[in-house]
Amino acid sequence: MNYFTLPIEEWTNRFVDDWLLPVTGDFFDSISDSLRTFVDGVTNLLLITPPEVLVLILVLIAWKFSGKGLALFVLLGSLYLGSVELWEAAMQTVAIVIVSTLISVIIGIPVGILAATNKTMANIVRPILDFMQTLPSFVYLIPAILLFGLGNVPAVIATFVFATPPAVRMTTLGILQVPADVVEASKAFGSTKWQLLYKVQLPLAMPSIMAGINQTMMLALSMAVIASMIGAPGLGSVVLEGISTVNVGLGLTGGLGIVVLAIVMDRITQGLVRKK
Amino acid sequence: MKKIEVNNLTKIFGSNPQQGLKRLLNGDQKEDILAETGMTVGVNQASFSVEAGEFFVIMGLSGSGKSTLIRLVNRLIEPTSGEVLIDGQNIVEMGKNDLIETRRKKLGMVFQQFGLFPHRTVLQNVAYGLEIQGVKKEERNKRAQKSIEDVGLQGYEQSYPKELSGGMQQRVGLARALANDSDILLMDEAFSALDPLIRKEMQDELLNLQNKLGKTILFITHDLDEALKLGDRIAIMKNGEIVQVGTADEILENPANEYVSNFVKDVDRSKVLMASHVMKKPAVHMMDKSGALAAVRKMEDAGASSIFVVDKENNFKGLLTIDNAIDAYKKDMAIETVLIEDIHEISPDTPLNDLFGVAVEAKYPLAVVENGKLLGIVSRVSILSGLVLGKEEVTTL
Repeated sequence: MNYFTLPIEEWTNRFVDDWLLPVTGDFFDSISDSLRTFVDGVTNLLLITPPEVLVLILVLIAWKFSGKGLALFVLLGSLYLGSVELWEAAMQTVAIVIVSTLISVIIGIPVGILAATNKTMANIVRPILDFMQTLPSFVYLIPAILLFGLGNVPAVIATFVFATPPAVRMTTLGILQVPADVVEASKAFGSTKWQLLYKVQLPLAMPSIMAGINQTMMLALSMAVIASMIGAPGLGSVVLEGISTVNVGLGLTGGLGIVVLAIVMDRITQGLVRKK
Repeated sequence: MKKIEVNNLTKIFGSNPQQGLKRLLNGDQKEDILAETGMTVGVNQASFSVEAGEFFVIMGLSGSGKSTLIRLVNRLIEPTSGEVLIDGQNIVEMGKNDLIETRRKKLGMVFQQFGLFPHRTVLQNVAYGLEIQGVKKEERNKRAQKSIEDVGLQGYEQSYPKELSGGMQQRVGLARALANDSDILLMDEAFSALDPLIRKEMQDELLNLQNKLGKTILFITHDLDEALKLGDRIAIMKNGEIVQVGTADEILENPANEYVSNFVKDVDRSKVLMASHVMKKPAVHMMDKSGALAAVRKMEDAGASSIFVVDKENNFKGLLTIDNAIDAYKKDMAIETVLIEDIHEISPDTPLNDLFGVAVEAKYPLAVVENGKLLGIVSRVSILSGLVLGKEEVTTL
């Protein structure tokens, strides 16, 4: 099948070396700086707060939105993280997850709304989302390093790419699922587009949007672990260390910590959906 | 005054409506346009007008374009061509803000599947129209409360739609449309999703409300009985065209074409009033030995100037007027010789509509006769009251 040669590798590299880095470098540096400030800020906040206070707050939240079971699990899970000396690593992971989920949601929900209300936008967004979801994550880890350096900033960027699609898709789905006669009724009484959106469509799409946020958070957690390969601190790096030193025990210790975080985050956000 | 005026309103769904419109104006058939271009003619050059305070019904089978038509009136669907004048203003050419303003102030709408907001309470649903106009909460709740009372839903203000039955949900829908205090109500198959008993109840209440509030109502239905009951005038739609506009009587008596007459033929016969429903028991004179003087006394007792005469077997003989009876008495003649015998005899199952002409021309009440026996009489008054009151009321009298 080799009829002609397509030098994608060469083109891409020349594009990155000759244009992307020299021309946009400063721009990406400034993004990088502000993101770093943000992630570090959240990490520090989580680490400065005494773990006991944080755990108490989490237990109460778990109790309110889910129930006694989860509250107990939060307590036991936190004791576990403390006892294996992974509290700090866990908080670093949580910080990356929180920041990237926030960015995913802040960008994803409006894009989802646009895609639901505008056909052209939907046609543009759909292939981009497909691309984001199917492209192997390692492929965009490389340019992430080039543009944002090592550490938690490229981790947040890579996580954003990986975790945003469900937020967009579930928002679009939720809005499109609002019954047509309800939308018609809203219009017939003279709603502006904006009133239709925030008085009718968004409230009715909320369960779907919350499910999207839940999925985004779960994906962000799994990506935050992979992102340890590009130097992101946290539980992922513990697992990575376990792999590289063939230390099964260390790998399991870190892995269990990730499971604890996953269960707590999932149940709390699901509880939020049900309370709505 | 014309509240709604629709002129040559056309809607074509498809890729190139303007081209479809050209073909339509050239006289091409809807079917040909669909087959050759894939475009659907939803509404084809519809024209009609609705007077202020009128109850105007658009009736057609599913697919006739009636639901599209009502959505063209408030531009939930963009018309391809034609105009819709609301209080003289063409809604088709309005800018976005004027359109929204017109919908808020002049047009209320009620939907077949209710279209209630599931996340809002009854009160919040009813107040929605006022809320988006920026009416203060206290004021809008007060006005919403009033229309909730108008439709008899007090006590359910804090319920959510899913907690209510279908009939009650549609009351919420109606209250929501009333709360805006718009002059015009657009009702799209508003009662079609309700079961028959609730439906009749809602129809009656809607008529009451209209009497009280004097709204102009544009009502869509696929049910001829409903159309006949509610409509001051009825427009019949077929294939996107309005084939006839008229009062219930005009449509029943003079169907404009075969389509309409087929429709009308299906009117439930049991709902048509017949002579036997409105006839009264007459004062009769039995023809026996008693002569003319006894007949005169009977007329005096009944306060009537004539009396129906039967024989012993109740066989109808004829009508005796008081003049003839006195004449016969003076001349000592038998009653038989002065009886008026060419009285209109009608059978008990003659429809009331057919009696109009006869009753207007007849000098005397009509005799309802079956197998030669007199069953009763029908006066002009009873025909009219029968038409006004309807079957139930007459038969229970």
